[in-house]
Amino acid sequence: MIEALNIGLALLVLALGAWTVVARDTFAATAGFLAYGLLLTLVWVQLHGVDVALTEAAIGGGLTGALLIRAAAKLRKTETAARAERPGAPTRLVAALASAAVTVALALAVLALPDPAPTLAPEAMANIAATGVGNPITAVLLAYRSMDTLLEAIVLLFALIGVWSLAPDRVWGGRPGPLNRVDPNGILAYFARVLPPIGIIVGIYIFWIGADLPGGKFQGATIIAAMWLLTIMAGLTDVPPVSRTWLRVLLVLGPAVFIAVGAAGALWAGAFLGYPDGFAKPLIIVIEAALMPSLALVLALLLTGAPERAAA
Amino acid sequence: MSAVLDVFTFAAVTAGAFFYLAGTVGLLRFPDSLTRLHALTKADNLGLALVVLGLLPRVDSVLAGLKLVAIWLLVLLAGAAASQLIAQTVIRRRPEP
Repeated sequence: MIEALNIGLALLVLALGAWTVVARDTFAATAGFLAYGLLLTLVWVQLHGVDVALTEAAIGGGLTGALLIRAAAKLRKTETAARAERPGAPTRLVAALASAAVTVALALAVLALPDPAPTLAPEAMANIAATGVGNPITAVLLAYRSMDTLLEAIVLLFALIGVWSLAPDRVWGGRPGPLNRVDPNGILAYFARVLPPIGIIVGIYIFWIGADLPGGKFQGATIIAAMWLLTIMAGLTDVPPVSRTWLRVLLVLGPAVFIAVGAAGALWAGAFLGYPDGFAKPLIIVIEAALMPSLALVLALLLTGAPERAAA
Repeated sequence: MSAVLDVFTFAAVTAGAFFYLAGTVGLLRFPDSLTRLHALTKADNLGLALVVLGLLPRVDSVLAGLKLVAIWLLVLLAGAAASQLIAQTVIRRRPEP
């Protein structure tokens, strides 16, 4: 019975993926991608990767989906012109061949995996006591491979700088996005008043529970970013100008604390990002608590986009 | 006792699935956006309510049951707000008669 469900799920994911590629309308393709993200979340749950499922739902489906919808809305004006342009047969042939080659290479790589697949899971579980956290995913992200997480946080910051740099000179340092004029007694304003208190608690809960159960700062930060965006969209608050000092301090706080702890590790634990014995858990909590507000801000500001209004 | 609960779960979840099916059929078959919204909200409200109701006897703790009910209430809130917003947009874009 459950096998039939899994096969159905896999077929649906494949069909939606194909439809997202084939759909000619940008908005329709984006809607397909959103549904694709939700189905992929179910696939990860079926594979018992609840951590990945949470991230896929929050970032892959939710945040990326919202980014794509905004992009599609901005491209509306040029949609017909873009659709009238049809690449020539040679271009399409090369694109098709390149895509097919990537698919074949991926398929070969998966089929060539030895059985049982090589795994580091036993080692990860054997040393988990030293990290003080109960969730092996968190142990990998913040102890065994904390370098990756640090670079990830810095890449997000670079991405935000890249988005900001798209601002025209006259609004540089100004407020991102258009001013949202919404009925202050409307349903959106009501929703944006009722939901954030609940959302903030859920976000912090998911962040805190990440030490021992599926969850973590990325998923929690996404939820908190979504709550902030909701109040912005409902016109209850405005995006701060990107030249504000407090904003920039908060943005670099997480990576800066991470690097500081890493440098301290080089002195006291013998390796960059090493934790002294017995201090792993408190240091992990310090890093995560510093990263969470930075991540929430970066994710929300990535979505609001480049400055469009002069700072007043 | 457990057999009774099993039958209850089976009946409630099946009824919930029926509302989802009906909602999906409505979404595909109804002629305009407002009627399609009407079909969709039935799936959200009643379908999910019945599924949650059916799963309640199977939870391990009171807290897990409360979480299920909280999920239903949040979906209700989000669904109601989103369908209001969609309906407002539909009405605003409707050509003047």
